[in-house]
Amino acid sequence: MQKLAIIDYGMGNLHSVSKAVQTVAPEQEVIVTSCPDTIYQADRVIFPGVGAIRDCMSEIHRLNIGEIVANFVKEKPVLGICVGMQALMNFSEENGGVDCLGLVDGRVKYFGDQHVDQDGTRLKVPHMGWNIVHQQVPHPLWKDVPQDTRFYFVHSYHIHCDNANKVAATANYGITFDAALFDNNLFAVQFHPEKSQHAGLQLLKNFTQWNGKF
Amino acid sequence: MGLAKRVIPCLDVDQGRVMKGVQFVDIRDAGDPVEIAKRYDQQGADEITFLDITASHEDRDTMVHVVEDIASQVFIPLTVGGGIRQLSDIRKMLNAGADKVGINTAAVFNPEFVGEAAARFGSQCIVVAIDAKKVSSENEQARWEIFTHGGRKPTGIDAVEWAVKMVGLGAGELLLTSMDRDGTKDGFDLALTRAVSDAVAVPVIASGGVGNLEHLADGVIEGHADAVLAASIFHFGQHTMGEAKKRMEERGIEVRW
Repeated sequence: MQKLAIIDYGMGNLHSVSKAVQTVAPEQEVIVTSCPDTIYQADRVIFPGVGAIRDCMSEIHRLNIGEIVANFVKEKPVLGICVGMQALMNFSEENGGVDCLGLVDGRVKYFGDQHVDQDGTRLKVPHMGWNIVHQQVPHPLWKDVPQDTRFYFVHSYHIHCDNANKVAATANYGITFDAALFDNNLFAVQFHPEKSQHAGLQLLKNFTQWNGKF
Repeated sequence: MGLAKRVIPCLDVDQGRVMKGVQFVDIRDAGDPVEIAKRYDQQGADEITFLDITASHEDRDTMVHVVEDIASQVFIPLTVGGGIRQLSDIRKMLNAGADKVGINTAAVFNPEFVGEAAARFGSQCIVVAIDAKKVSSENEQARWEIFTHGGRKPTGIDAVEWAVKMVGLGAGELLLTSMDRDGTKDGFDLALTRAVSDAVAVPVIASGGVGNLEHLADGVIEGHADAVLAASIFHFGQHTMGEAKKRMEERGIEVRW
């Protein structure tokens, strides 16, 4: 039986991610854990995260999650979700500036208090709701997910990846930002697949079947 | 093309059953929350909001189980409000599978609770519910106050100032209900909705008074709402989510299909 570990470092509700994965992969064992041995034994890892980046990074460091994810992703597939994706970058502007794991080169930037769209209309922050995700590469995780499908987002900070060749999808909210990244065994999304109905479940299903190749 | 305006059905839940109170007095039974949530999910609801209207005096665990059941079968955002008074109430609902909690009365009596909740769980899951009533007369500049206890008790707090304060403390979203319009089917209080939405940076959900599909579109276009919430027009089969979105789209609003 294949095992999927959802890393629990105390930041947020993992019930939804876990239920969503169990729904699309009933034949797999889904474990919510912070135990390094259990994580290393899994076939795939989901690295989630909600809340403020400083609190997240502090728990990630305390539980040595960064090293575990860095080691795991050399061998097997990892899916980062929301703040889990942001934590992979070099640096976040949130909370006055926080150094992150640096597994992918790039920064996490604030949308801004005076955020406006192209025609000057004011945009609310957080960016909350269903927005269009524009796929940039035919990655296996997009299998059976139509181009420009809407996914559910909740975030005030967004990713800017240094290397455009690692961007799996973009979205637009006043500016164009990186909504999904890929790098060998790693795939990461800013939106919440576990809350994005059919398309989200399809992406999670694709992850549970992914061998890390592209 | 970008972010879609959201359509949110609201289920008032009393002891595990969905209710809809007209002005919070005349209550009719509208069914099983899990089945209704699944139906709305299939119809294309963008989120679902549950208000536990018995939370203050009945056992709250019934609602926790309802949320667990729904969150295991419905994979769109779920908000739970009603009776959220301490951090442990929030943790319980989030662990059951809720994505956001609505804080109402507790915020009025202890505003710092909103700050503590946002610091602990993140602003993204803290929705402050604001029940407002117009207190100005016809020839005065419009002014609304916060009311508690289902719209019966005035607090003297200005609704727009309150909204700004709640966002400053860490509310990630506001659920704004006009107590004058709730249950009337006369449409949102658009002046109130616009005054609050324009005053804050976070998304505002308009609530209270939806009687037809034009009201939903009006809430976005004239009220500047980021999301619109309604109950009875959906619960009693008057309209589907699809009809609501079709009409909104015809009026130039971006929606999710």
